[in-house]
Amino acid sequence: MRIAVASGKGGTGKTTVATSLALCLAANGGSALSPAGPPLLLDCDVEAPNAHLFLRPSWEAVWPVGIPVPQIDPAGCTACGRCAEVCAFNALAILGSGVQVFPELCHGCGSCTLACPEGVITEVVRPIGVLRRGTAQQGIDFGHGELSIGEPMAVPVIRELKRQVNARPGQVVILDAPPGTSCPVVEAVRGSDFLLLVTEPTPFGLHDLRLAVEVGHALGLPMGAVINRDGIGDDSVTRFCENKGIPVLMRIPFERAIARDSALGRTLLETHPEYAPRFRELAGDILRQVEGAR
Amino acid sequence: MRIMITTTKPEFDSPVDPNFGRGAYFVVVETNSMEWQAYPNPAVGAPGGAGIQAAQFVSEHKAERVISGDFGPKAHQALMAAGVGMYLAGASASARQAVAHLEAGELERLGGSPRQGSKSGN
Repeated sequence: MRIAVASGKGGTGKTTVATSLALCLAANGGSALSPAGPPLLLDCDVEAPNAHLFLRPSWEAVWPVGIPVPQIDPAGCTACGRCAEVCAFNALAILGSGVQVFPELCHGCGSCTLACPEGVITEVVRPIGVLRRGTAQQGIDFGHGELSIGEPMAVPVIRELKRQVNARPGQVVILDAPPGTSCPVVEAVRGSDFLLLVTEPTPFGLHDLRLAVEVGHALGLPMGAVINRDGIGDDSVTRFCENKGIPVLMRIPFERAIARDSALGRTLLETHPEYAPRFRELAGDILRQVEGAR
Repeated sequence: MRIMITTTKPEFDSPVDPNFGRGAYFVVVETNSMEWQAYPNPAVGAPGGAGIQAAQFVSEHKAERVISGDFGPKAHQALMAAGVGMYLAGASASARQAVAHLEAGELERLGGSPRQGSKSGN
């Protein structure tokens, strides 16, 4: 089972929920909730990964990740312009008498290589970030990606993280998605069995929740909501969820102690163990919804 | 000499468009005859790399110089590679006036290093 945790708005508590959900499943490893033992947590927010600050994994491997970009042999190039024509991202241009490559715009699709009638394009991997893999407390398998500073494209790093850091057979995977609703979020949550949307009861929270729900519908994912900082704002998020048929699976109150402990880099389950039964219920509700959708 | 100017309308007397990559139109002028022609900028709706695509359009039209309000870092790099001189329109009220200012040597020419910063999406 793959559970994606996303939000739309940033800072609503995705990582708070994802890390404590991972700890809960680890504590219930072997049960129906997590039959294959502790889960795998993938921090897909490669522009600002932070789940490791809470789960403190010991890293076992770090390796570069990149995208293939064109390299053109000027000796054979006739500057015919086919490569620039087929590039959807303007990563190649005919300027003066030759082709210029703009590697930072290249998405690595390979169209130019296929289109070149002279066969003078080869592809070289341009590193844009790193992946890391390790083991965190209670045997949680942990992976994250980190996009290099100045690189504009998070999607290839997320794609490779999901492709290269694999779950054991039957292992639950928790994907901590980036904020927003654009390509990196779609890449992080696609292929999941369940989309858990963490939101807050404010106009901003509601605005972005609407967008996130549209993403979930477009991808055909069953959804549930966690309302964090419950008690502030108003009930418009609750009413929105009711209207959309999205169950509110958990509420975390707006409390100074929770914020303080989170700021110290401690997980909610560690500092507030009274939440353990509530996370078990959350995991059980998700499991039932996923089985119901099948 | 052939000069291209980014313009907000498809006319020689149009105001200069302040953007290069996403300017609305290009006016191409032959300064010997002052004959001109306007083209929509093919890059105006590009999801990314508009400056590069616009630079290729300028290069295809064999312009020697180009006038705009500003040039982004990738457009700058592309136009340098194409060997096209970049000039800032400054306070010129129209494309026609910008060409007159250029010929009088009154426009600032951009040099070798582009301004920093880059925005490009997913």
